[in-house]
Amino acid sequence: MRRAELIMAMVMAIFSAYLMWKSAELPIGWIPDEGPGGGAFPFWLSLGMLICSVWTIVRWVKRITPQSRSTQPYFDSHALTLILMVVAALILMVGSIHFIGVYGAVPLFFIFYMRFLGRHSWTKTWTLALATPVVTFLFFEIILHITLPKGATEELFYPLFDIFM
Amino acid sequence: METIQFLLDGFVVALQPMNLFLVIVGCAVGLFIGAMPGLGSVNGVAILLPVTFIVPPTSAIIFLAAIYYGAMYGGAISSIMLGIPGASTAVATTFDGRPLALKGQADKALVAAAVASFAGGTISIILFTAFAPPLAHVALIFGSAEEFALMMLAFGTFIGLGGDDIPKTLFSICIGLVMSAVGLDVISGQPRLIFGDITGFFHGINFLVLAIGIYGIGEILWTIESSRGEVSVSQAVVSVRRILAALKELLKSTKTMLMGSFIGFFVGLLPAAGATPGSIMAYGFAKSTSKDPDSYGKGNIDGVAAPESANNAASTGSMLPMLTLGIPGSPTTAILLGGMVIWGLEPGPRLFVEQTEFVWGLIASLYVANFFSILLNIAFIPIFIWVLKLSFTILAPIIFVLCVVGGYAPTQDMHDVWLMLLFGVVGYFMRKLDYPMAPMVLAIVLGPLAESSLRQSLLQSHGSMMVFFERPISGVIMALSLALFLMPAFKMAKKFIKARRAGSAGNDEPSQ
Repeated sequence: MRRAELIMAMVMAIFSAYLMWKSAELPIGWIPDEGPGGGAFPFWLSLGMLICSVWTIVRWVKRITPQSRSTQPYFDSHALTLILMVVAALILMVGSIHFIGVYGAVPLFFIFYMRFLGRHSWTKTWTLALATPVVTFLFFEIILHITLPKGATEELFYPLFDIFM
Repeated sequence: METIQFLLDGFVVALQPMNLFLVIVGCAVGLFIGAMPGLGSVNGVAILLPVTFIVPPTSAIIFLAAIYYGAMYGGAISSIMLGIPGASTAVATTFDGRPLALKGQADKALVAAAVASFAGGTISIILFTAFAPPLAHVALIFGSAEEFALMMLAFGTFIGLGGDDIPKTLFSICIGLVMSAVGLDVISGQPRLIFGDITGFFHGINFLVLAIGIYGIGEILWTIESSRGEVSVSQAVVSVRRILAALKELLKSTKTMLMGSFIGFFVGLLPAAGATPGSIMAYGFAKSTSKDPDSYGKGNIDGVAAPESANNAASTGSMLPMLTLGIPGSPTTAILLGGMVIWGLEPGPRLFVEQTEFVWGLIASLYVANFFSILLNIAFIPIFIWVLKLSFTILAPIIFVLCVVGGYAPTQDMHDVWLMLLFGVVGYFMRKLDYPMAPMVLAIVLGPLAESSLRQSLLQSHGSMMVFFERPISGVIMALSLALFLMPAFKMAKKFIKARRAGSAGNDEPSQ
């Protein structure tokens, strides 16, 4: 927990400095007849972020925050494995949407999550893995007319659109 | 009597078949979301907002407000049956609700929670109806200086009253405002903060991307970590006779519910406070004014009635500044406010003049939602208990998928989905270190307005900050917000002097 707080504060401090530099690409001073420049608002706020991060680091050194005095680990090993698996699955799902589309990625995600993380029966897993994309399709594509990304599976949907639209 | 006429017109809108249907569905969905441990109104509203693009704005907000309402009722269910608050707003309900359930009186506690929620809801909507029109009328004369001052006041409440780590809270506000500045600069039209020249940043960071990331992805990760291990659901015997008996007994709690409702409503007005502290305050107040304070915590029915009436009253209270001033009173209303922008409505005092159908339809729908929530809540107690037994490994993937699709829908850009995932994971890590998330969401919603009102005011005053202090209304609001910002410093100074007098070095003490 101690180390995590320091790392977070330092990363955020660096990020704030980057934001300040990035904001300064636009004028941050006063422009006559136009008021403050476009970069001023984010610039001063990023400075605020930087000050707050440094403040947190100072408080960490002085051991004022509960985290800086905590001897608890930031994650215990069991929670860490679980969270890493879930986050990895999410990244893989979103990543694979680019290739196999929402309707390919979602069932795979369900199979992984329910079968391997949740240890549910295959019947339950398949029911949800197949029902969710169908409901999603009917709701978003047919009722809302929002086209979801389909990647390589695009062509498979032409007949479906012919039926519904 | 103009108000009553408007309210009646509002009922005409709220009782249209589609809107009525949406209220009922919204209440049911809200009850379900509220009953799930870990998920509360803010999660439901954030995740489901993209779904509402299907209906006109009035219906959309009626649906979301019904979810908000239902979730406030539902939160009590898992507090009582599991001893785990269904949402942070129902924390105080566990204090006496759980002991009652363990005594085999779960049904009594559930009925008390539902009736108290109804009382809190009804009283607060009446207060709302009375206060909103005059406040909106006053707010009509507000200029950009006043607008900016009000936003400072909203952020000030987080510093002065929020009770979280001060530098982390300030950081959260600043980063939210900076994120709102990404995209094209409104005044000069120049692109700014386009990280790595990725084109996706040109349309800015949609507040929904942050809200779904934090309250969808982040919240589920949080729940996955904290809800490991089996939970035990208490048994509840439910019968009509027992419910009637419980109702009769509740008559004694009328005073508690009244107090809870008033406390909840007024605490709910403040952006940083809202339903959670409101319900805890109401619990504390009921306990301290009770003739028998020792029975609290051991299963006193008043200990359920007080926080439950307060959290519902607070949710209505937080809508008052949202509708009249354009300043959300809670994270949930911040998301509703962001939704209004998406629907093409301009939040602020003019809403009451220009969008009467929207405003009064919403107000009337709250009366309707309240009615259906208590009905559904009591009628479907067995179903909600079944919901609690539902495995989280089924619910989590469904919510994740909803988040991904919901994050994609508003802009139809995969860039936003990635960003949402990033916000969710980073937000979760930050939350573990006590960085508060609500100020960040509020800031990204208010950011564009805060920037333009600041720049406009400064332009009018030729760069002098005094413009915020010279105008009477803005001056008073600014002074108030400065006092809130400086409150922690006062507290620290007071402590320091005290420590000095006591003759001991105050260095070891935590500063808040």
